[in-house]
Amino acid sequence: MAATAESVAQVEEIRKYKHGWETDIEMETAPKGLSEDTIRFISAKKEEPDWMLGWRLKAYRHWLTMEEPTWAMVDYPTIDFQDIYYYAAPKTTEGPKSLDEVDPELLRTYEKLGIPLKEQEVLAGVQGAPKVAVDAVFDSVSVATTFKKELESHGVIFCPISEALKEHPELVRKYLGTVVPYTDNFYATLNSAVFSDGSFVYIPPGVRCPMELSTYFRMNAKESGQFERTLVIADEGSYVSYLEGCTAPMRDENQLHAAVVELITMDDAEIKYSTVQNWYPGDENGKGGIYNFVTKRGACRGDNSKIRWTQVETGSAITWKYPSCILQGDNSVGDFYSVAIANNAQQADTGTKMIHLGKGTRSRIISKGISAGKAQNTYRGLVRMGPKALNGRNFTQCDSLLIGDRCGAHTIPYIESKNRTAKVEHEATTSRISEDQMFYCRQRGIGEEDAVALIVNGFCKEVLQELPMEFAVEAQKLVGISLEGSVG
Amino acid sequence: MIEIKNLHAAVDGMPILKGLDLTIASGEVHAIMGPNGAGKSTLSYVLSGREGYQVTDGTVAFKGQNLLELEPEQRAAAGLFLAFQYPVEIPGVTNMTFLKHALNSVRIQRGAAELDAMEFLKLVRAKTKELGMSDDMLKRAVNIGFSGGEKKRNEILQMAVLEPTFAVLDETDSGLDIDALKIVAEGVNALRCRERSMLVITHYQRLLDYIVPDHVHVLAAGRIVTSGDKELALHLEEEGYAAFAERAAA
Repeated sequence: MAATAESVAQVEEIRKYKHGWETDIEMETAPKGLSEDTIRFISAKKEEPDWMLGWRLKAYRHWLTMEEPTWAMVDYPTIDFQDIYYYAAPKTTEGPKSLDEVDPELLRTYEKLGIPLKEQEVLAGVQGAPKVAVDAVFDSVSVATTFKKELESHGVIFCPISEALKEHPELVRKYLGTVVPYTDNFYATLNSAVFSDGSFVYIPPGVRCPMELSTYFRMNAKESGQFERTLVIADEGSYVSYLEGCTAPMRDENQLHAAVVELITMDDAEIKYSTVQNWYPGDENGKGGIYNFVTKRGACRGDNSKIRWTQVETGSAITWKYPSCILQGDNSVGDFYSVAIANNAQQADTGTKMIHLGKGTRSRIISKGISAGKAQNTYRGLVRMGPKALNGRNFTQCDSLLIGDRCGAHTIPYIESKNRTAKVEHEATTSRISEDQMFYCRQRGIGEEDAVALIVNGFCKEVLQELPMEFAVEAQKLVGISLEGSVG
Repeated sequence: MIEIKNLHAAVDGMPILKGLDLTIASGEVHAIMGPNGAGKSTLSYVLSGREGYQVTDGTVAFKGQNLLELEPEQRAAAGLFLAFQYPVEIPGVTNMTFLKHALNSVRIQRGAAELDAMEFLKLVRAKTKELGMSDDMLKRAVNIGFSGGEKKRNEILQMAVLEPTFAVLDETDSGLDIDALKIVAEGVNALRCRERSMLVITHYQRLLDYIVPDHVHVLAAGRIVTSGDKELALHLEEEGYAAFAERAAA
């Protein structure tokens, strides 16, 4: 393994002369392409324990035997996995020189979201903009430190997963990969092999996390982009609400994103996981947009435990995402509230899986899909009642809204029941924004685009109101912005 | 206020309005009566700029402006309001949100400042009080689960909030029992003032007992065939539309 030795030597070299890797990111790259050497490099770089490297390698070897799935209703050119940087891709000099060179559409969006100029530069990756994580720009470094102290006083652990591997290796080892095993699926397996960073959260027994945990406030957010790995554990009787994402579309050099999120709740514990995803969707034809292949899954291990996924998906050229719940504990509850908006050439194939294993388990799925332009929006969901899911209950409401006559909405529910006491309900509607509604709004003085935003926000209300307050307000604005240009 | 001259309009190529003339001065209330298919609703949609209603000839001047070249929302901002015969439901959008959006959109177009949440709440509460409505209506989704009477009262509330200078009431009496009719008419009367003109479109004389018009016109086969004062409505009720239609054809 000469190359690995060389890589490690290189790492040592860097450590000697540089004060940490934030200062000179150029030197910090692994070569392009994926091999065992790349994985060893990443692991060495992060000073991971041996078992972690072993796990990554097992995942990689398994990944080599897998094929990219093609069942989703998405269409994209073949991805060359050897043409990707798996560790800290070098910043190209291709970044815009000033905001004048940035896609004016992107700037308009920033403006509408009320983002100050300095922050716009960072988000758009303008050359010479401060090389700091977005959270620092949002002036939350000091805030983050203060929060960290308060969290510590409650025994809550909230840190980058790379840090958790150093500080709390036993916790990470105990839970990592127990919900999404490294063999799970093509993208999750890839993530297991090469994950860059992500968040780790542990809430001790009986603790109600005193604040909403947000990736905004996480240090080092910048480096965790492409293959993010998140692990959230709520121990017995604890509660946490976690917010992921940002309403501001962030320019990202990595086209492929394959994140993994694992949630675990023990007896009587509850996790609320909210996402607002607004990555660059590409231009009108989807060119340059992000491919987002995410595996999110929660395990309600304990009795009476709860997991709620709330997502607002408006960005990315391709979204492939099914936040799911495995309801193992008796009387455990899984919820999925989703808004997926696809405009122009965007393609979204998203939904959930509710796997009922324990007695008296309940789940609720509320999915709102909006398609505009020539976008394709697919809801794909599985509800499975296992043989022991005595009196299991599921309710699914799946609504699609179409804007214009070139888009598509598809609903693909899978229902399997192996228990005759279980009840599964599925309701679905497909509608259009009616000409009556548009005219009514316009007669009251509301312009076409505002009218669409208003009507769509009404359509999504059930989901949006599940978001934490400050997120909900931003998400409402975002709904309008995502659908601009969809009428007229 | 509004001057309609020789207005011709078609729907799907079929002529409906065939040379309609009507002038309404500031502060006046005019009633248009007529049989089914005379073009009453078409007139209200043409004035408010609904898609699918093609003006083939004639002019409409509104406060000196060419109304026909404005988008529907611009007409609203200019001060035109249409109380719908069938108010539209918008699921998930509360009346409060809808009204605030509408008012602020109109204010922006008129060059006025937007109202913030508190200012708006104050204003809308004052309006509901004036009209003797309960605030509960504000929290419900626009027209969802509203009774016929509630829907029409909601239209009047919107009118009160948007303060138009010219309001078209399209068969506001349809689907109302006599009690609801009285309440709605009271609301309309409360909004009558010297700066506001109204065009009341109706089938029945009944409504005009409560909203007393300055002028009554009979619309038949796309034209105004007779005009008069409120007595005309009474004659019309006795005689029936058929006689008028005959006279129009003659």
